[in-house]
Amino acid sequence: MLLIECPYCGVERPELEFRCGGEAHIARPEDPSGKTDEEWAEFLYMRTNTKGVYAERWRHIHGCGRFFNAVRDTVSDKFLKIYKAGEPMPDLASLAKEAGK
Amino acid sequence: MSQPYRTEKGGQIDRDRKISFTFDGERMEGYECDTLASALLANGVHLVGRSFKYHRPRGILTAGSEEPNALVGIYRKGDQTPNLRATQVELYDGLEAISQNRFPSLSFDIGAVNDLLSPLFPSGFYYKTFMWPKAFWDRVYEPVIRAAAGLGKPPKNPDHDRYANLYAHCDVLVIGAGPAGLAAALAASETGARVILCDEQASLGGSLLSETTATIDGKQPADWAEDTVADLAARDNVTLLPRTTAFGYYAQNFVALAERVTDHMADPDPALPRERLWQVRAKEVVIAAGSIERPMVFPENDRPGILMAGAARTYLNRYGVKAGQKVLVATACDTAWQAAFDLADNGVEIAAIADTRKIVPEALMTIAEARNIKVRTGCVVTATQGRKRVSGALLGHVSSTGAVSSAGDVACDALLMSGGWTPTVSLYSQSRGKVVWDEASGNFLPGAHPQNERSAGACRGLYGLNAVLEDGYAAGEDAAKSATGKSAKCTYAVATGAHAGEGGTLGDLPNDRDASRVKAFVDYQNDVTAKDVKLAVREGMHSIEHIKRYTTTGMATDQGRLSNMNALAIASTALDKPLPQVGLTTFRQPFTPTSFGTFATSSRGDFFDPVRKTPSHQWAVDNDVVFEDVGQWKRSRYFPKDGEDMHGAVARECQVVREKVGLFDGSTLGKIEVVGPDAAEFLERMYTNPWKGLKPGRCRYGLMLNDAGFIIDDGVIGRIAEDRFHVTTTTGGAAHVFATMEDYLQTEWPDLDVWVTSTTEQYAVIALQGPLARDAIAPFISGIDLSPDAFPHMSVATGTFSGVPCRLFRISFTGEIGFEINVPRRHGTMVWDTMAAEIEKLGGVVYGTETMHVLRAEKGYIIVGQETDGTVTPDDVGMSWAIGKKKKDFVGKRGLARPDLIAEGRKQLVGLLTKDPRIVLEEGAQVTKVPDPAKGTSAEGHVTSAYHSPAAGRSIALAMVKDGRALHGKTLYIPMPGGAIEVEVTEPVFVDKEGGRLNG
Ligand SMILES: [Zn+2]
Repeated sequence: MLLIECPYCGVERPELEFRCGGEAHIARPEDPSGKTDEEWAEFLYMRTNTKGVYAERWRHIHGCGRFFNAVRDTVSDKFLKIYKAGEPMPDLASLAKEAGK
Repeated sequence: MSQPYRTEKGGQIDRDRKISFTFDGERMEGYECDTLASALLANGVHLVGRSFKYHRPRGILTAGSEEPNALVGIYRKGDQTPNLRATQVELYDGLEAISQNRFPSLSFDIGAVNDLLSPLFPSGFYYKTFMWPKAFWDRVYEPVIRAAAGLGKPPKNPDHDRYANLYAHCDVLVIGAGPAGLAAALAASETGARVILCDEQASLGGSLLSETTATIDGKQPADWAEDTVADLAARDNVTLLPRTTAFGYYAQNFVALAERVTDHMADPDPALPRERLWQVRAKEVVIAAGSIERPMVFPENDRPGILMAGAARTYLNRYGVKAGQKVLVATACDTAWQAAFDLADNGVEIAAIADTRKIVPEALMTIAEARNIKVRTGCVVTATQGRKRVSGALLGHVSSTGAVSSAGDVACDALLMSGGWTPTVSLYSQSRGKVVWDEASGNFLPGAHPQNERSAGACRGLYGLNAVLEDGYAAGEDAAKSATGKSAKCTYAVATGAHAGEGGTLGDLPNDRDASRVKAFVDYQNDVTAKDVKLAVREGMHSIEHIKRYTTTGMATDQGRLSNMNALAIASTALDKPLPQVGLTTFRQPFTPTSFGTFATSSRGDFFDPVRKTPSHQWAVDNDVVFEDVGQWKRSRYFPKDGEDMHGAVARECQVVREKVGLFDGSTLGKIEVVGPDAAEFLERMYTNPWKGLKPGRCRYGLMLNDAGFIIDDGVIGRIAEDRFHVTTTTGGAAHVFATMEDYLQTEWPDLDVWVTSTTEQYAVIALQGPLARDAIAPFISGIDLSPDAFPHMSVATGTFSGVPCRLFRISFTGEIGFEINVPRRHGTMVWDTMAAEIEKLGGVVYGTETMHVLRAEKGYIIVGQETDGTVTPDDVGMSWAIGKKKKDFVGKRGLARPDLIAEGRKQLVGLLTKDPRIVLEEGAQVTKVPDPAKGTSAEGHVTSAYHSPAAGRSIALAMVKDGRALHGKTLYIPMPGGAIEVEVTEPVFVDKEGGRLNG
């Protein structure tokens, strides 16, 4: 079981308290009706599904209830960075480098 | 004579405390601190089981948890626990053990015919044999194989024991309490770090408990271990866990331990659990798992009486048990010689030491000579004899070319073997560490550290007692420093004697026999021979993972701890590839077999899943309800009276609701309070419908889509005030809808000033439906004008029910006049009981979910998840009216415009009426154009709901049918095993099509 630090509660808690919410930084388009079918399908279904360093959404569902984002190495299962919703996506390449990948 | 193989003195058993036990019904004696294995050996019993596939007689091979042969059943409290390793079962007075995998008895076993038929059971046997004919699989092969193979019998009754669970945190977890582990715990705890030290054995000390030739700080190793354990036990920051196996190493230093709490007790306190699962989160881990002696792969190396040399030494020095009276030692390394010397010193005749090496250390030769022990160098065992216990062996000389020539036979009643030592890297490997081949020692050793752990002592290939102790201290200091930042001075104990020793062999040994008639076992428990591994390679299995699965080597309960290296070496030779290139298979959790009870802990029976009960629960129980499980909820399904079946009860309930009034518990409905200045705007975006124009005091049916455009939930939403909505959801969708709202609110529209709060558990919902519903509630409601003009259909108001604050909805899921009384949950039962008494006066009825389903289907009201399946749009179910056409956007709006969602030929909601009104269709049945469609024809649709409708006086059904709305009046078919059923397509409404009954 992973340990995850909620950036809002500021504490490490077991994975049981959290729920993963899929890839992060996929914003719902401002004007959905202005999108082509292809663009909309891309938004709905296409995910990078990275083997390696990946930014994903998590929710502290059995804690404060807040959504946040985390960069996790999907191979080692290690969290490289955890940050609040709304903050920009960190540079994944440099995080990967720091982690020695 | 009792215990004929017991030494006169010595060992750590308590000779003053005799213990009586039975094995296969035969009464025997042992001593306190014996294991079942040591006590059986003391009584001269080697034959303890039959092998898995060939039913060959098997004896005790090891003295530890890696034991592959001595699996026994233990009777307790009238039931039997199978597959316990006799080497780990501690003896207690009255212990009843049985052998396994034999019929009718251990010494005469019919299944042993498999051994004679063994040419029929090559590797890949299952894959080869069961290809054809297919029908033979179920009827012949599987029953026969299942009866003949297997290990032990499962217990017949539910597990009567309790299992406990706890979480623990520590700075340093030390796994293994041999010399390295004890030293690590001493050093780490010296700094004040919180230390947990666990070991799978009953006594902490590991190999120290069997070591007699060395001293540590001038003490006997076992005495030093005892003193050290006492020292550690006295430290407040140390938790000692004997009988506790670290069986799983998971992410972020999460380690699972299984503690055997009561299995060793004759009469355990019933308050104690049988086992306890420890889920430990350690800042740092020291793995001190030691090493395991490798069997030698020579022909017939599996007879009872053949055991590991190190195990024989443990039985002698720790338990005071001699493995035999005349012992042959076959070895490829130094350590087995010490076993021979120790046995000789205890009066056992050593028939010979046969070492595969041409040259052995002079020091050993000298000691052997002093004891008059015959030594045969450059010698291997080429055959053994003796059916139920080894009686002798043939030796062979290996020439420099590898040719083997007979070197005579040796009579013996026990044969000790040692192919060298394999470091136990299982837990390191589980921590996702990658082992590295060490050419010098011929072992795989731990490599880089993916987690905060380090290995110490023999498990990282270090031998020699002093070196192991030093390594343990250093590992403990390092772990504590990393965990706490603190260091402390720790005086290292110094060991003398017990040298590291040299030598070892891998793979099968040469012999002068007909290769086709030789069985040299690699994996004892799964009956895999050297020949099987070679055959697998010949048949094209070139990856070790394929060889493992094809032969099943390494797949037994020891997880290949005994067999992997030998199998790998044999495969490497057969493949003509260097061993490290063949690669080691992955070690997986659990390290040793772990009971289901330990995994389940208290999550059994009533505690498996929470049960959610409604306010009417007790009333329903008292009134002969039949419940149905809806998620975790217990919902009343129907209330049979006077021997009614479901059909009868539902017909009565339906009729009374439509004629008079019915009472229904709707408390399971999901409820969400949406509050804030932007509440209406938020709902505009979340639901298809418009909300801004809805007046406070009014309700509207809301439809929720996902962004793909498909229906995911529905429910009535009441506007309580300008900035406050009472949202209801389906019972099953409550949690998901709430989570979805939070998701959009937090991540897409954080600018909206809205709060959403789940109130499902806070409100009880008591529904009254039927022409007399108003009369039923009127006497108890205050503060609300219930007249049809003041409080029409789709209204909501706050008032009181018998003085209790309530939100009253006028809504209907039946097509009748309907009210839903929402009160704080604690008052729910009062409202229910009040209304139950009141409707009885009015001739009303209490109804359940089954009647609810029929009544709504009569009106064509959909149930999300029954009519819909995640691919259904509002238009598909005739609900285009629910879409706010003027809204610029809502979740799902863009999705609805996707080409496939607006294409022709989508399935649409229709009603179906069977030609024969008595036939109720099967839900899920396919709908076709012709009665007997050709094979490969796609169905036109499927039946989603089907009931007998008392109001329609016939069967009714709802279905999703391709372009169904254009087919009203047409005939379709439902092909069934008994012939196709003819149906007519209709509107999906069967009762009160104008809807007038709603508005009374
Ligand atoms: Zn939190």
